[in-house]
Amino acid sequence: MINRNATTLLEVSNLTATVAGVEILKGINLTVRAGEVHAIMGPNGSGKSTFAKVLAGHPAYTVKGGTVLFRGKDLFALSSDERARAGMFLGFQYPVEIPGVTNSAFLRLAYNTVQVPRGRDDLDPLEFDDLVREKMKLLEMDPGFLSRSINDGFSGGEKKRNEILQMALLEPVLALLDETDSGLDIDALRVVAGGVNKLLNADNACVLVTHYQRLLNYITPDYVHVMSGGRIIKSGDKALALQLEERGYDWLLEGKAGSKAGAAA
Amino acid sequence: MTVQATHPYVASLLAGSTVLPQSNASWLNTRRAVALERANSLSVPTTRDEEWRFTDLTPLTRVQFQPVSEAAAVNEPDIAAFAVPEAAVRLTFVDGVYAPALSQSGRLPAGCTVELLADALKNRPAQLEPHLAKLAHGGQELFTALNTAFLQHGAVIHVAKNTVLKQPVHLLFVATRENAAAYPRCLVVAETGAECAVIEDYVALSDKTYLTNAVTEIAVAANASVRHIKLQRESAAAFHISTCAVTLAKDARYFGHAVTFGARLSRNNLGIIQQGEGAHAQIDGIALIGGRQLADTHTLMDHTQPNGTCEQVHKTIVGGGAHAVFNGKVFVREGAQLTDSSQQSRNLLLSDKAHVDTKPQLEIFADDVKCAHGATVGQLDAESLFYLKSRGLSDAQARNLLTYAFGAEIIDRIPVPSLVAQLEKFVMARTEGGI
Repeated sequence: MINRNATTLLEVSNLTATVAGVEILKGINLTVRAGEVHAIMGPNGSGKSTFAKVLAGHPAYTVKGGTVLFRGKDLFALSSDERARAGMFLGFQYPVEIPGVTNSAFLRLAYNTVQVPRGRDDLDPLEFDDLVREKMKLLEMDPGFLSRSINDGFSGGEKKRNEILQMALLEPVLALLDETDSGLDIDALRVVAGGVNKLLNADNACVLVTHYQRLLNYITPDYVHVMSGGRIIKSGDKALALQLEERGYDWLLEGKAGSKAGAAA
Repeated sequence: MTVQATHPYVASLLAGSTVLPQSNASWLNTRRAVALERANSLSVPTTRDEEWRFTDLTPLTRVQFQPVSEAAAVNEPDIAAFAVPEAAVRLTFVDGVYAPALSQSGRLPAGCTVELLADALKNRPAQLEPHLAKLAHGGQELFTALNTAFLQHGAVIHVAKNTVLKQPVHLLFVATRENAAAYPRCLVVAETGAECAVIEDYVALSDKTYLTNAVTEIAVAANASVRHIKLQRESAAAFHISTCAVTLAKDARYFGHAVTFGARLSRNNLGIIQQGEGAHAQIDGIALIGGRQLADTHTLMDHTQPNGTCEQVHKTIVGGGAHAVFNGKVFVREGAQLTDSSQQSRNLLLSDKAHVDTKPQLEIFADDVKCAHGATVGQLDAESLFYLKSRGLSDAQARNLLTYAFGAEIIDRIPVPSLVAQLEKFVMARTEGGI
């Protein structure tokens, strides 16, 4: 939902970043306000996942230039855990498996880390159990997942549900969902997307990173951005996503290649 | 019996061994005498010995250890933290000597006996003769020879044919005295089709310097199963040397869980010989050490018959300036076709000064076998750390949780819930304290 007067949550200006010395992000500009859903689409290797990881503070990437303000403050002054406690959430494309720690212990630990900055009290295991079971219903998750190790042996779909369960518990101000639809069958996609929709409101925002239009049938974006070569090369509304679905990415990339060639000449 | 030891330090350790009472079982007197003679001829291994390359025993030889003759006064509340409510029976030894007041008898199924070694030697010598001081015969091993020379205190667990002892037997060895030497000797015999579980548990009540030199022999008959949980939680100044010898008959099963938390210097030897077709061994090991600790584990899995299987995972978590050593030999003899044996050595280094030497050693003389081994040495996984931090956990919290998880993966496989809780609490406290 677009409200021009809503608070700006994220303001990215001319962001550049490298991994292992190779420039992946080459000047990104993006503004996200409360209440908005943005979709970032693009072909493989366009830099869209990198963008999400850079925002969340992945240690493999180095920010080279530009600024990012998150809730009005310099994002890069915060470590990845401080970003999480300030209300940023990254839903992983490939959630990490951690054998040896139960999901419930991890979820409670994560939940409690964001309670203090919000002026709330930690929950003990019993109180937390009630809360997490309630949230699991939202994602039609079996409570059995609580006693299993973190993502250990979970199917692709189960891992993604577990990601959105974490989002439901942490109640982020800005959720970056990286390829949340990949590896999901149609029923799981419906459940996961339904969960995300229930969590979105006028005070938070969501950036969906996705290769396919499919997810956007369930979560309606206010803005669609197309990334290529480390830049956002086109922005539009949800109609753009449908156009991409129909025509693929090539028509946009050709135009870009042409303009590049023109500039070179 | 006066034999002059060639090595003065060995002589000092052996002082007092000759006053042991003679047994009515003449075979035992012979085996003890042979062991004494052998100990007298051996010297303390040095780092020039291949089997002790990374483990320097010099600090041990600076201390004069003597066995104690009487159990020190220890009260039940002192050892409450080590209680295992699931256990059927507990035999407690203090500084190597049996402490009846701290032991708990329980109802055992017919056909199961849990006795002191001395009683078993009196009551059932014929049942002991094929195994005791035979499975662990010592060879050129000084410490096994010493243990046999001192053989007096310990426990015998005997489970008759097709008898199942569901609850574990808890053998608790408590250390209290400075410079004490304890030589516990245990024997576990599971007859055909029998099943049992044993917890061999070494604990300390204070930070004294002492020596535990333990030997355990485990004979698993055809189709029988033994679970062996060995917990080494000695004092941080202690020396702990232990040897366990296991024989597996046809279709026998051995499940070993070795946990190493304590001791300034520890050496854990485990040797398993698959003597019958189709036997299975699971060997889990976890060492969590820091400071100046050294923990050395040597294992040998010897497949001599066809269709044997073995699954081994040995993990170490090494912090501070600690040093972990792992040597895992797997032999597949000529006749041991269709053996399926795997071994993993996984090591987590938590500081720049932490050190690990790992040596998987696979020797295969059969041509139709499946064997895999691998060793990894590393730090915490960066992607896992990022995952946890992206959920708001601080760097320290994330590191502690991953370290804990690395160990918990092994500890969780011990099917005794109260022990798992005790051990995990320890790992949690240790990781939070910075190891």
